[in-house]
Amino acid sequence: MSAQEVKFRPHLERRKCIDAALKFVFAGSAFFGVTVLFVLLFRIISDSLGWLDLQFLTSFPSRFPEKAGIFPALLGTIYVILITAAFSIPIGIAAAIFLEEYAKKSKLVSFIQLNIYNLAGVPSIVYGILGLTVFVRWMQLGRSLLAGGLTMGILVLPVVIVSAQEAIRAVPDSWREAAYALGATKWQTVRYVVLPSALPGIMTGVILALSRAIGETAPLIPIGALTFIRTLPKSPFDSFTVLPIQIYNWTSRPQEDFRAIAAAAIVVLLFVLLSMNFIAIMIRNKYQRRIKEV
Amino acid sequence: MREKFIQILLASAASASVIIMIGIVFSLLGETAGFFKEVTIKEFLTETRWTPLFTPAHYGILPLVCGTALVTLIAVMVAAPVGLASALYLSEYAPDSLRRVVKPVLEILAGIPSIVYGYFALTFVTPIIRSVFPEANVFNALSAGIVMGIMLIPMVSSLSEDAMMSVPNSLREAAYALGATKLEVSCKVVLPAATSGIVASFILAISRAIGETMIVALAAGSTPKLTFNPLESIQTMTAFIVQVLLGDAPFGSIEYKSVYAVASVLFAMTLSLNIVGTLIVRRYREVY
Repeated sequence: MSAQEVKFRPHLERRKCIDAALKFVFAGSAFFGVTVLFVLLFRIISDSLGWLDLQFLTSFPSRFPEKAGIFPALLGTIYVILITAAFSIPIGIAAAIFLEEYAKKSKLVSFIQLNIYNLAGVPSIVYGILGLTVFVRWMQLGRSLLAGGLTMGILVLPVVIVSAQEAIRAVPDSWREAAYALGATKWQTVRYVVLPSALPGIMTGVILALSRAIGETAPLIPIGALTFIRTLPKSPFDSFTVLPIQIYNWTSRPQEDFRAIAAAAIVVLLFVLLSMNFIAIMIRNKYQRRIKEV
Repeated sequence: MREKFIQILLASAASASVIIMIGIVFSLLGETAGFFKEVTIKEFLTETRWTPLFTPAHYGILPLVCGTALVTLIAVMVAAPVGLASALYLSEYAPDSLRRVVKPVLEILAGIPSIVYGYFALTFVTPIIRSVFPEANVFNALSAGIVMGIMLIPMVSSLSEDAMMSVPNSLREAAYALGATKLEVSCKVVLPAATSGIVASFILAISRAIGETMIVALAAGSTPKLTFNPLESIQTMTAFIVQVLLGDAPFGSIEYKSVYAVASVLFAMTLSLNIVGTLIVRRYREVY
C-alpha cells in the first residue's frame, strides 16, 4: 500500500451508522407533533366524557357544573364572527385587489405591504387594548358585541389581505390580457375575470382567518366579554361572551368538575374549528384541480 | 369616472392597514404618557419589584420582562431543535406520501387555539412536572414554556422547511457526487444554505412566544418575580395585562395606565423582532 492510500480513510461504516441514527432522530421529531396532537385530543375528549350532552349545549352558565351550559357563549361566538366577517372580508379583499392589480411598484406600496406583515405579528392582546381604547371608550360602544366583532375584524384583516393577495396572484396574466384585448376596462377585468377565478382561493383564506378568530381569547379580555350572561344578546350593543372566554373562566377554577365542562366546551370549539378547516381544504383541493384542467 | 372612483375606494381599503398601525401606536402612547407622569422612566426600567396592585406600589418592569424571557427561553429550547429536525426530515428524508400526511397534521396543530394549549398545560403537563419535581408550584414557567414550545413547533418547522426546499437540488447532487451521506448533505450543504430562513423562523417564533397570552395566563401564575427557576410561579407581561383587565381597574387609575405601559413595551419588542424577521425572509428568499 502506498502512503496516499493509507491517509484516505472514508470511514464509510461509521458515517452510514451516524446517518441512520440521526434519520431516526429527525423522524422522531417530525412525528412528535403528530403524537402530541393525538395525546391532546385523547386527553380532552376523555376529560369531557359524560359532560357533553344536549343540556350542555342549550343551558346558561351556572354555579353548578352539572347545570351549566354554553348556549350564550355559542351564540355570542356566532354573532362576533358575523360582525368580524362583515368588517374584514370586504376591506380585506378590496385592499388585496388594490395591492395586486392597481398599485404600481413604489416605496409607498412596499411600505404598506411590510406594514401588513408586521400587523399580522402584533400580539393579539395588543389588538384587544386597541379595541378597548378605540371602540369601547372613544367610540362609546361599551363592552358590546359590536366592539368585540370589530376588534376581531381588525385582528384578522392582515390574514385576509395576505391570503386574498396570494389567490389573486395565482390568476394567470394571460387571462387579464385576453380581457383587455376584448376592450374591457381595468375594473371590468378585475370584476369579471380575476375575482371569479380567485374566489375559491380567497374563500379558503377567509375561512381559515375566521377560524382563527373563533379560537382567539386574548383580544376579547380587554373588551370585557363577560362570563356570566343572564340574557342573550339581542342587539349589537348588548354585552356578550364567547366560547374561548367561557373555557378560560372554567379552566381557571380549581374544581375538577369545572375543568371537565371546560374540556367539554373545548370539544365543541375544536369540532367547529376542524370542520371549518375541513371545508377550507375541500375548497382548496377542488380549486387546484380546476387550475390544472385550464 | 367610475373607474377612478373604484380605484380610490380600493386604495382607501389598502391604507386601512396603515391607519390600524397608527391607531395601535396612538392608543398605546396616550395612556402610557399618562403613566410616566406618575412614575419615572428610571423607576420603570431599574426598580426590581412590580406591585401595582398593592401598597406600597412599585413599578419596575424587570420582573415581568424576566418572566416573559424565562418562558420564551423554555419555549424556544423546545421548538427550535424539534422544529428544525422535523423540517430536515420533511424536506430531506421523508418520501412524498409521508409528507402529505404529516404536513396537514402539523397544520392542524398550528390551528389549535392557545386557550386549548393552556388547558393542556394546566391539566396534563403540570401534574407530570409536579410528579417529577415535587417542589414545583402549581403554576410554573416550565409547564407553560414546554407547551408554548409545542405550539410553536409547526411554525418553526414549516418556515424552516420552506427555506430548505428553496435550496437548489444541484447543490445536493454535487455533494452526493463527492460521496457525502444524506446526513452530510443535510447538515453541511442544506443547513448552511438555508440559514437565513431558519434564523428568521426562530426570530418569528420568539416574537410569538413573547406575545402569547392564554397559556401563560392559565399555567404560569401571577407572581411577578426576578427568578430564573422554571419551577416557580412567575408572571409575564401578557399575563399581567390579562390579570388587571379581568379585574375592575377604573379608567384613569394608575393600575389601568400601567397596563398600557406594559403593552407598549410588549408591542415594541414584538414589532422590532417581526421587522427583523420579515426583512431576513424577504431579503434572502430568492437568492437562488
